Amino acid sequence: MTATHALPRHDRHSRGPGGLPRLLQAMDLDAHLAAYGPPPYRGPRQLIEVVAAAGLTGRGGAGFPAARKLTAVAEAGRGAVVVGNGAESEPASCKDKQLLGTAPHLVLDGLQLAAEAVGATRAYLYVHPHPRLHQQLGSALAARAAAGLDRAEVQLVTAPPRFLAGEESAVVSRINGGPALPRFKIPPVHQRGVAGAPTLVHNVETLAHLAQIARYGASWFRAAGAAAEPGTMLATCRRADGTVEVVETAIGTPLGELLRLPDLPAQAVLVGGYHGTWLTSAHAAALPLANAALRPAGAAAGAGLLAALPHGRCGVTEAVRVVRYLAAESAGQCGPCLNGLPRIAAGLAELAAPRPRPGIRADLERWAGLAERRGACHHPDGSVRFLRSALAIFGTELTAHARGQCTATSSRPFLPVPAGIPASQADWT
Amino acid sequence: MNQQLRVNPTACTGHGLCAELLPERVTLDEWGYPVISADPVPAQLARAARRAVTDCPALALMLVADR
Repeated sequence: MTATHALPRHDRHSRGPGGLPRLLQAMDLDAHLAAYGPPPYRGPRQLIEVVAAAGLTGRGGAGFPAARKLTAVAEAGRGAVVVGNGAESEPASCKDKQLLGTAPHLVLDGLQLAAEAVGATRAYLYVHPHPRLHQQLGSALAARAAAGLDRAEVQLVTAPPRFLAGEESAVVSRINGGPALPRFKIPPVHQRGVAGAPTLVHNVETLAHLAQIARYGASWFRAAGAAAEPGTMLATCRRADGTVEVVETAIGTPLGELLRLPDLPAQAVLVGGYHGTWLTSAHAAALPLANAALRPAGAAAGAGLLAALPHGRCGVTEAVRVVRYLAAESAGQCGPCLNGLPRIAAGLAELAAPRPRPGIRADLERWAGLAERRGACHHPDGSVRFLRSALAIFGTELTAHARGQCTATSSRPFLPVPAGIPASQADWT
Repeated sequence: MNQQLRVNPTACTGHGLCAELLPERVTLDEWGYPVISADPVPAQLARAARRAVTDCPALALMLVADR
């Protein structure tokens, strides 16, 4: 690496919304260095102010301000640890996998810069067991080591193929050598995480944005998106024709455009994955992919997962399959989730069958209320959100089912649900 | 400073002792797990609350600063 690589091509990357994609440009290390130069290290904490001004929020689902997480870990001191979380566990999402496969060095730059910002000398990259991706990432790390780019040592850790494996405290537990199970958040991970040290867990897309903000600044980042929710985000779009595409889009792009609803009509849209919310297609079409508009509709942009359910498929049958999967993926550690989710799954299946027991709907609503907000993690909350929205959106179909009818013309499952139920501790490691 | 009762749901095994010791703040759901009031613990309940915390067989109960 020579000094001539240090000049990033600002013009090419500073065009804002017109300059998309910012993240999804395939680059090996040589191409990456030619376009961006080495990571712009600038000393502890310096980056946090820029990230705050940029208004970057976490792209893993919760949408928490990135600068506040960075600050909390930086202030906790004591040999912090940084984790790049690439374990997107929503079965219908593949944006993190695609990002890691396409532009790994943006993510790895972000990991280094975040480590510098919080004073960490150790970093981890946590990714599901995709053999080819692991091989690519291993090569990428080796190439960076040979070029002397990295200041913090990076270790690649494999996440088990479980829905909750990417939950922040589950990530920490797995890196600590234990099962990828969520834990109670007192004390929080940013105080006591990997090996007991303050730990920053950032989604890999968040880190890639951070790597660009470090180079081009806050106003460049804000040239895309809205003032309250700036920047771009990756979205996994499962369209009504069954195709899946990961796109990078300015925050605020209408869902109808992302899912091409005018050309590929759907009956309903699932926003935010299996912890997300069903909306009617007509309602979703005009809504922008932005929390300001989605929250009043009971939805959130989350990790950018959108799925359009085509006409001719049964939303009730899809919901039964997904809720059964969510119940099976409960870590089984908290009483309300352990007891509530299997009952909810069985109750929904009963409600979807001909002539359901009259009290079953009331039971479902009661169990949902009991499961909600009583877990160590948000699994019961997200599962209940999915259930409630399914009951609301597929009400007509439920009525037909009660009479022994289903309006679907195809019984082929639409939403992906992985096979295999965790049976022992080994399934979580 | 006000205190609030919290349960670590991963540690709780549903003995239900807390609901007997502090019925003003804890009830049990239909599976025997505690439903804890979000209200702060007032001074007159502080003693009973501390007892519920120390006597929990699973050590799952705690008093934290009210948020």
